[in-house]
Amino acid sequence: MNRSPDSQSVGIVKPQLARFDEPLMLACGRALSSYELVYETYGELNGDKSNAVLICHALSGHHHAAGFHSEEDLKPGWWNECIGPGKPIDTNRFFVVSANNIGGCHGSTGPTSINPETGKPWGPDFPSLRARDWVHSQARLADRLGIDCWAAVIGGSLGGMQAMRWSLEYPDRLKHCIVIAAALKLSAQNLAFNELARQAIISDPAFEDGNYIYKGAIPGQGLALARMVGHITYLSDEAMANKFGRELRSGSFEKGDEDNIEFQVQSYLRYQGSQFSGSFDANTYILMTRALDYFDLARDYEHDPVQAFSNATCSFFVASFSTDWRFAPTRSREIVNALIAAERPVTYTEIEADEGHDAFLMPIPRYLQAFSAYMKRVGDR
Amino acid sequence: MRLDLTHIQRWIEPGSRVLDLGCADGEFLQTLRDQRQVRGTGIEIDQHNINKAISRGLNIIEQDMDKGLDNFPDQSFDTVVLAHALQAVHYPDRVLEEMLRIGRQGIVTFPNFGHWRCRLFLGAKGRMPVSRFMPHTWYNTPNIHFCTVHDFEALCRDLGIRILARDVVGNTDRKPMLANAWPNMFATTAIYHITR
Repeated sequence: MNRSPDSQSVGIVKPQLARFDEPLMLACGRALSSYELVYETYGELNGDKSNAVLICHALSGHHHAAGFHSEEDLKPGWWNECIGPGKPIDTNRFFVVSANNIGGCHGSTGPTSINPETGKPWGPDFPSLRARDWVHSQARLADRLGIDCWAAVIGGSLGGMQAMRWSLEYPDRLKHCIVIAAALKLSAQNLAFNELARQAIISDPAFEDGNYIYKGAIPGQGLALARMVGHITYLSDEAMANKFGRELRSGSFEKGDEDNIEFQVQSYLRYQGSQFSGSFDANTYILMTRALDYFDLARDYEHDPVQAFSNATCSFFVASFSTDWRFAPTRSREIVNALIAAERPVTYTEIEADEGHDAFLMPIPRYLQAFSAYMKRVGDR
Repeated sequence: MRLDLTHIQRWIEPGSRVLDLGCADGEFLQTLRDQRQVRGTGIEIDQHNINKAISRGLNIIEQDMDKGLDNFPDQSFDTVVLAHALQAVHYPDRVLEEMLRIGRQGIVTFPNFGHWRCRLFLGAKGRMPVSRFMPHTWYNTPNIHFCTVHDFEALCRDLGIRILARDVVGNTDRKPMLANAWPNMFATTAIYHITR
């Protein structure tokens, strides 16, 4: 059991639901007449509401970022290493808000929600989304909670890209923007992996152009394959070598092919794939990967990230990991260099870590130290 | 704070923008910020120094200046500081040129290899000098480009760099009269204020 000691955990947490009945105009031109956001909070909001930080989740993430859902719950929230008392995002100091993005499948309005016009789930007809739609939907959550200005908006991977979008859409509503293992836009290689993942889902006969949802079916094989591809890109060669090597899970080479040989890495990928296919919606995965593909921070600023960041007024903390090849340090340096040229305050660190892209979720001492060191200045006035 | 850093503060205007190349744990930038309201940025490669500097509330970029500084735009800082780092970079001449491309003025400090103790060490013992100011042995030193006061001034001439002022740190903390009179022989640390 991997539970943190009690003093380092936010303990048992309960998701909350916020409903918004004012239509939300989306970047694609369509609108959501109403929507719901499921979110969790950790820590206490202070009197002048100046200690709130917003967590933006990654591609397949959700609102459950820290703590446990029950006494029996063995698996903490996805960023439990970084959120809690005495951790980088210190819940003794900060009021942490973590919401599931719209389009998601963990409780916020998304393809599995009921379309009020048809009375049936949205399914493949759910409007396509951009990161800015998430930002606008969350700005209303901030209004609801009485938070005029976030002490920080924080995210890793796609969440880091969303945090940067916050800094441009609402420059007056955040003091710090924390961008971990992210990029200004995806590379061709990134796009290719996302297309591979989508094709895995789309070509599953059970997918039926996204209409599986009306037939009670799940394109499980496709989802599992998509997740397996993702997992390979989240780990580095070193991490895979360290974690699995060529160890066998079952069988042996003694009897040649007669014995059913399974490498540890095969078993790991299959497990991750099957876990995912049982808990994630295929239409959401397609929608989220497209939002990630279409993200280009500078597109609306004449494709010039310096011009884009000239609109931001907050300070930035950018971090990358040496073996991350999905969002490589070079991509983070592009962010940093644009910020330097735009004369924005920026701190950048490149963490030596074997864990690849997944490193941003891991308790790597130097990472946690740098993150904590930066968070010390957040909330100070 | 190291004496050379105390000396160079007076060349930095209050409220100006300063880039500190090889800022170590950021003590100097913090002093400039707290006492002269300087808007500073540091670049550094040592992990412990970086974390310490971040915790001081400074803006630090993890970057190896041997791999270039071309991410900093022309004339984007008032002052670029290179304190006790000239001797540790691969291409000191290129770094000096970059400093004056990025900043209006530069400040450079370095240990003077022409100091009489170094000469005595090398001359009498025939060994590479090891002292309080240069505590490393030749095979494990980060310092790969030692120079003397005369060497540095010759390089500035070759590069067309103007020396606005020279200062020195002598052997003791007292007023370094000998070092001022004969810097190449008596300065332990040489300090230069330069521009184009």
